[in-house]
Amino acid sequence: MSEHEITLTVNGEKHELRVEARTLLVEALREELGYTGANVGCETGRCGACTVRVDGDALKSCTRFAVQADGAEIETVEGLSEEGELSGLQASFKRNHGLQCGFCTPGMLLTAGTFLEDAEDPSRAEIREAIEGNLCRCTGYHNIVDAVEQVATDGGGESL
Amino acid sequence: MSDAAEGGGVGEPDDAEGVFGSGVERREDIPLLTGEGDYTADVSRPGMAHLAIRRSDHAHARIVDIDTSEAEAMEGVAAVYTGEDVVDSGVPNSIPTAWMLPGLVTPQYRILATDKVRHEGSGVAAVVAESPQRARDALDRIDVEYEELDQVTEPVEAVEKDVPPVHEEAEDNVAFDFELGDEEAVEEAFADADHVASVDLRQPRIVPNAMEPRAAVAEWEDRTEKLRVWMTSQNPHLHRMLLSAGTLGVPENRIEVIAPEVGGGFGSKIYHYPDEAVTAWCSMQLGRPVKWRASRQEGYVTDCHGRDHDTTAEIALDDDGTVRGVRAETHAGLGAQLSQFGTATPSYLYATVLSGQYTVPAIHCRVVGAFTNTTPVDAYRGAGRAEGIYVIERLMDVGARAVGMDPAEFRRKNLVQPEEFPYESAAALVYDSGEYERAMDKALEHVGYEDLRERQERLREEGRYLGIGVANFVESAGLSPSGLAGDLGSQAGGWESSIVRFDSTGTLTVMAGTADQGQGHRTTYAQIAAEELGVDLEDIEVIEGDTDRIPQGMGTYGSRSASVGGGAIARAAREVRSKAREIAEHQLEASSEDVVFDDGTFHIEGAPDRSLHIQEIAHEAYLGHDLPEGMDPGLEETNFYDPENFTYPFGTHVAVVEVDPETGETSIEEYVAVDDCGEVINPMIVEGQVHGGIAQGIGAALYEGAAYGDDGTLETRRMDEYAVPHATQLPDFETDNTVTPSPHNPLGVKGVGESATIAAAPAVVSAVVDALEPFDIEHLDMPITPETVWRALGGAE
Ligand code: FES
Ligand code: FES
Repeated sequence: MSEHEITLTVNGEKHELRVEARTLLVEALREELGYTGANVGCETGRCGACTVRVDGDALKSCTRFAVQADGAEIETVEGLSEEGELSGLQASFKRNHGLQCGFCTPGMLLTAGTFLEDAEDPSRAEIREAIEGNLCRCTGYHNIVDAVEQVATDGGGESL
Repeated sequence: MSDAAEGGGVGEPDDAEGVFGSGVERREDIPLLTGEGDYTADVSRPGMAHLAIRRSDHAHARIVDIDTSEAEAMEGVAAVYTGEDVVDSGVPNSIPTAWMLPGLVTPQYRILATDKVRHEGSGVAAVVAESPQRARDALDRIDVEYEELDQVTEPVEAVEKDVPPVHEEAEDNVAFDFELGDEEAVEEAFADADHVASVDLRQPRIVPNAMEPRAAVAEWEDRTEKLRVWMTSQNPHLHRMLLSAGTLGVPENRIEVIAPEVGGGFGSKIYHYPDEAVTAWCSMQLGRPVKWRASRQEGYVTDCHGRDHDTTAEIALDDDGTVRGVRAETHAGLGAQLSQFGTATPSYLYATVLSGQYTVPAIHCRVVGAFTNTTPVDAYRGAGRAEGIYVIERLMDVGARAVGMDPAEFRRKNLVQPEEFPYESAAALVYDSGEYERAMDKALEHVGYEDLRERQERLREEGRYLGIGVANFVESAGLSPSGLAGDLGSQAGGWESSIVRFDSTGTLTVMAGTADQGQGHRTTYAQIAAEELGVDLEDIEVIEGDTDRIPQGMGTYGSRSASVGGGAIARAAREVRSKAREIAEHQLEASSEDVVFDDGTFHIEGAPDRSLHIQEIAHEAYLGHDLPEGMDPGLEETNFYDPENFTYPFGTHVAVVEVDPETGETSIEEYVAVDDCGEVINPMIVEGQVHGGIAQGIGAALYEGAAYGDDGTLETRRMDEYAVPHATQLPDFETDNTVTPSPHNPLGVKGVGESATIAAAPAVVSAVVDALEPFDIEHLDMPITPETVWRALGGAE
């Protein structure tokens, strides 16, 4: 199996690692680098639990090989809160009970946070569309939509 | 819920008073929001190897030969095992059923198949390798030779058609033939009634699809001969017991089962599956930690499915709309093996709720439990009660039409009245308390029922089809009174256990035998303890999910944690309080009647300055210098709470839909849920449970449903083929509640985990059928996809 030397900058920290060509980005993050916040719910791009940001875009990290992300800036859920302070969106999820088991939550936060960067006063329907690719089996989404909406209306500032 | 939520504050109240009943934010959230929480798949141990399981891709086949040599020779492969290796190791190797029924056939259930594979996904060999990728690679190098056999996946066909038996022990594929109720009384009721209405219905298989796939990490330590297993479990103590007595034979006191963060369960993580036993067995063989994690696709074919009922049901009625009797005959698919509660779910948990919220003088139900060449079926959120309430609610709809009454009015007419509680139904349950009409009125008010009916009329004239579905439910929650369950065949107790312990510095530790998968137990249990003992939330630690830290427990299923688990905590806390009171009386030199307990403080009536806080008393209790004569030191109590009855949550859900007869598309316009789960510990969490429950009920009604192909393999095996609802497929939910405390529960709570799933499916189906009334549609089977509607309206012709 051919191996490649790659560089990933994760939450501002630079890592050099060797991965097999077939290693998925999510595997590299979780297994090689220990960022276990991104979860694996389907490994086929259907659930969104593995969503991270790659160079600013929300991306399901099971749909990319690690080598494809060589040199990229990656943000994971571990990078959202600073010094124990929850981000505006994280706090809103907590306030609005936007999570139960939490398995979908890291992906949800990354997707919704990215959406909020450009969204202007989004409707609930638009929020639902934005998180459509992230499945949650626990909450029925209602409170997640509340949480995102509240940040959008309160102008929660930097949501991520 | 919204009412209560407005009343109680959200956020952390700074003292213990008023904590019970308020929407305290969850203490679980921070690790989950920051990615710090560890799920089983995040657990890593030094020297850990990785397991992958080779699974049958046939529904039914004889295993002729398994050649593992090529896989074994691969670099990075530590070992390859087959079912014969497990047999040779001499472990008990038997997954037991936890519920016996009269005449039940209990075939052998091994952790890896030896003679035959009986369903797609059944494990035939195991590879342990240095990485998960390597283990998966090696799976393909195992050569399994099969002799294919005819298979059967539908329960009716399994028992009626001439097909090879799934198990030789059950020639006709009948695992059990169960009856409940009074057949003669039902015959009479039907003979005397003015009308009989009937419905044939199918409740399709549901794949639970907890977002976190099942996983296990097992660590056998040769030195201590101790086995530690981290796993995705709703009930670590039950798993400990079954791993010990059922599959591995390791003494129970040398197994530790840890359920770390668990990413949803909905029933699917109750059971002892072969996989965690194989993981542990491999670790024991190799003397090193082994990790196994299911892929989503493995989950589809191995996580126990829910439902799978084929039913013919009838209702007998008088002209004035009085229900006289109900009968049902059901074929329930059990899958290829008996999972632990696979027998209880379609029998006692099902037939006993067929009275619903109504006075039904005569009920009879027969259930044939059938082996099929499919993934085992067991309890899925709502288990049994969802299937039963679905039947009675469909009958209430066809019954209303038979007598020409409005479906809501027809339901109202037959409701059990508040003064009739405790109400003994003709289906062998005693409902504890209820005010059904109050919740129903509230739900109808929310949607503006009368106006809606008018609007429906108007829209019909425009060729638009609005439907209103009203579903009433009551369920037997809080599994379960041990004695009763034992009489009915349960092989396990129904109690829950808790330890409430003051530490010597005054902090409080609560240990609970239940296990959270997202319900927020640590928050609600702290609220209970705060209420009972007057201690600030921040001084309370709640521990769950580790059998070495919590001595005993039964776990989380059947909406039991708040009522049975919470009951055990309240009772233990009350015992702690009474010991503390004795110490207070002694040290304050006062007699019992003069000492009052108020928000954590014991003080002398009328002399508030002569007081002792319970946290100071804790210190005294461990100091032991000045205790009442003969009292042992320490301040902790263990309670085993065995409820005297189930609890009976109830409520009314109303779905308003519009169906487009051209496309068959159903859109949900409004969804209102009014639930009564007794006293509410945390309205925010209760509302969350209702939301999630509705989503799963709507999912079943409109989107989900697993299907097997002609070759007996699952057709809906991926998330894009099996529709777990996504955000744009669900509406906003409107929730409200009423509070009718359970009279026998120490906290008055009834439980809420399953309620909404039970209510939502019949509400939505009823709404769609109501919309299509002008087309003479009386019933449609779930999932009601656009294609279902299109076909029903003759689109196929
Ligand atoms: S794990 Fe990547 S989308 Fe599901
Ligand atoms: S909170 Fe459990 S899957 Fe979303």
